[in-house]
Amino acid sequence: MTGAALPKSLTDTPALGRWVSLAEPGRVIIFTGKVELGQGITTALAQIAADELGVRLNQVTLAEVDTDCAPDEGFTAGSQSVEVSGTTLRLAAAQARAALKAAAAQHLCADPARLTCHDGAVWLDGVPSGLDYWALAADVDWHQPVTGTSVTLAIAHRLVGQSVPRADLAQKRIGGGYIHDIELPGMAHVRVLRQPFRLARLERVDTDWLARRHPKVRALAKADFLALIADDELAVHAAQAEADRFVRWHEVAGRWQPATSPAEMVVTSGADGPPEPCTSTIAVRYARPHIAHASVGPSCALAQYEAGRLTVWTHSQGIFALRTQIARCLGLEVAAVRVVHAHGAGCYGHNGADDAALDAAIVACEVPGRPVRVQWSREDEMSRGPLGAAMSAEISAGVDAAGRVAAWQMRVTSAPHAQRPGAGGHANLSSAEALDGAHLPRAVADLPEAAGGGASRNARAIYDFAQEVRVTIDTQSPVRTSSLRSLGAHLNVFAIESAMDELAALAGADPLAFRLRHLTDPRCRRVLIEATEMADWDGGQAIGGGVAKGLAVARYKGKGAWLAAVAEVVVEAEVRLSRLWLAVDAGLLINPEGARSQIEGGAIQAASWTLKEAVQVENGRIAAFGWSGYPIMRFSDVPEIETRFIEPPDAPPLGAGEAAQGPVAAAIGNALARALGARVRDLPLSRAQIMQALAGE
Amino acid sequence: MAATVSFQLNGRAVAPEADGDTPLLFLLRNQFGLKATRFGCGNEDCGACVVDIDGHARHACTTPLVALAGAQVTTAEGLPAHPIGAALLAAFAQEHAGQCGYCLSGILMAAFALLRANPAPNRASIVAALDGHLCRCGAHGGILRAVERAAASLAAATP
Repeated sequence: MTGAALPKSLTDTPALGRWVSLAEPGRVIIFTGKVELGQGITTALAQIAADELGVRLNQVTLAEVDTDCAPDEGFTAGSQSVEVSGTTLRLAAAQARAALKAAAAQHLCADPARLTCHDGAVWLDGVPSGLDYWALAADVDWHQPVTGTSVTLAIAHRLVGQSVPRADLAQKRIGGGYIHDIELPGMAHVRVLRQPFRLARLERVDTDWLARRHPKVRALAKADFLALIADDELAVHAAQAEADRFVRWHEVAGRWQPATSPAEMVVTSGADGPPEPCTSTIAVRYARPHIAHASVGPSCALAQYEAGRLTVWTHSQGIFALRTQIARCLGLEVAAVRVVHAHGAGCYGHNGADDAALDAAIVACEVPGRPVRVQWSREDEMSRGPLGAAMSAEISAGVDAAGRVAAWQMRVTSAPHAQRPGAGGHANLSSAEALDGAHLPRAVADLPEAAGGGASRNARAIYDFAQEVRVTIDTQSPVRTSSLRSLGAHLNVFAIESAMDELAALAGADPLAFRLRHLTDPRCRRVLIEATEMADWDGGQAIGGGVAKGLAVARYKGKGAWLAAVAEVVVEAEVRLSRLWLAVDAGLLINPEGARSQIEGGAIQAASWTLKEAVQVENGRIAAFGWSGYPIMRFSDVPEIETRFIEPPDAPPLGAGEAAQGPVAAAIGNALARALGARVRDLPLSRAQIMQALAGE
Repeated sequence: MAATVSFQLNGRAVAPEADGDTPLLFLLRNQFGLKATRFGCGNEDCGACVVDIDGHARHACTTPLVALAGAQVTTAEGLPAHPIGAALLAAFAQEHAGQCGYCLSGILMAAFALLRANPAPNRASIVAALDGHLCRCGAHGGILRAVERAAASLAAATP
């Protein structure tokens, strides 16, 4: 790691003291720009920092992530937190320890080689010297840049590699700990009545009716933004439930216009020469619908505008970008806005958190001095936040006489995956559009390939054959879409790995052998072989027997963790996923149980998307829905899962949170095709889609 | 209408001043400051607000104050003081059960009610008791193992 290019976090924020502080006696305060999303990142980062500083885990405190003091590390997304922020903290902590040791050496007139550090105390020749980090802190230049050189990284991991329990969960099991639980003195409760479709105009609010029926509640309208406010939460909750009785919206035809989309992107242009002759070919289309984030805790935010300064509490993934856009939407200086992160319920991407934050900010500015708390309803959380993007992938491919893939063309068409606050220069916040229709995004781009791509994520297959891959962003729907766990990788890997099975069948080959024939990446081969051994893969299973296994493999983003999955499905009234075997290479595991939770949790969520989930869109509108309109996997649906990690020696850690999404989807699809004797290419793999696919055969 | 309804909350007598139709969820969170009981849907669909009322798992979001006269209500805050609750909390920690944790208090209360009624549930009974609880993070496996571990530890502790 030493000597390699510095993480962007460190080139953006080089000063040592921005990452590590000894200002509090006996405690090491660690600053990070990455936020806890329920993925356990704060525990993993504390383990890394404690190891490098040579202190106990309980001596480390991660500072609140707050725009006033945190380093700006962009969004907590893309499985980058362990890779980027972990490396950053490792380098900063190692340099802090070296600087403290050098200061101790000077005090003790001793060679630094004679010094060791134990729980923050400095020992000389194996005995306590009487000095500790806090006594030495004043001798260290905390403005020095973290260079990533001339430091010795801790060789022996003490905490890294241990399944340390999550520091935050003990409290959350028996009490508060979420943004929803924050109470500010004199706080008002707010519910926002959201536009039922994009750019809906607020036609009428029957304030007389509201005053009679809900006397404690006041309506606050600003252009097409409408909030209900009261001292008592139950009052706004009850009034929101009756919104249809006193609020009317209308459509202004032509007000919504699609954003311009980027030109078709060529991910890879295929072979140079003439096409190879194929003995048999496929031309097929795979698709997924829009998917809801569907967190169990609906979005929440608090805000207070006092003495010209706005403070916003949010569970956003990117507090700095959010700060800029809130300031812009409300006509404030960026410096006049402070955004503080607080833990939310599970976050799987760009959900309603940012929207809720602007909601609270708008209302706070209308009631200066008074803190306000905005709570989204279940229906808003499901149907009014950004959705995971609907996509399709058309694959035309063929095999030659030797049973090798000789042609491969893939065309991906997708709704936008990258509409976070600030993306493309747009606010991308729902209430911004309610305040002023001019906030509607006019141009949409995909996430660049360097960032792992959006619609193009994992569109390039990992196999060693020439490929032509093109990606188009479709902006013709007014439905708001953005980043959901793994972005395009879910459908792209589903498509690629389904097509590989379809081609293997044409070649008369075992899907495992067929893949290995085209696969030289040794770590990819290893997870694939491992998973099939775990699952007792026999390769020649009967087709159409109602029970079957399927396999799939991918390397997340082409540069992250490798994961192979074998799924066993049983076709009953619905498709039941009975078992799942996962083999993963995510490099060094900082917290093995944490990594397992991320992988298996991702697998269950991917299985739920793949088997059950679709947001219904009609004429660009989504009727509000709750859980009854959007079933997800329950305890009685989840499979037995066996997960094995392969940890090659000296392999740096890779993010684990999103690696399972694509392979699990495809393994289920491939298992279903074998169990059914027919291929279902449109997600979800529900009874209705199966009947449709069978009717079309 | 304002009513005086008294009940036991985590072993303490309470008589909140509130309309009789006030859902228990709002009383717990906003009047008693007990934040472990969470809002998820308001419609008994997700289980995030489940508490134990007289030995049964009940949704606090739809249970009105008037229905609580004389009841014994236990929330997740009351678990550490109860042997079954303490065993569940220890087992959930040991099994690393949960991801974001938002669903856990409701699940713990359903498991608490289950183990009070059936100290040795099999996997199917645990699944049935928890099936009304949604976990979007996919932490189901660890949660099921944790409930089994708690039952086993309680059985081992009983002579």
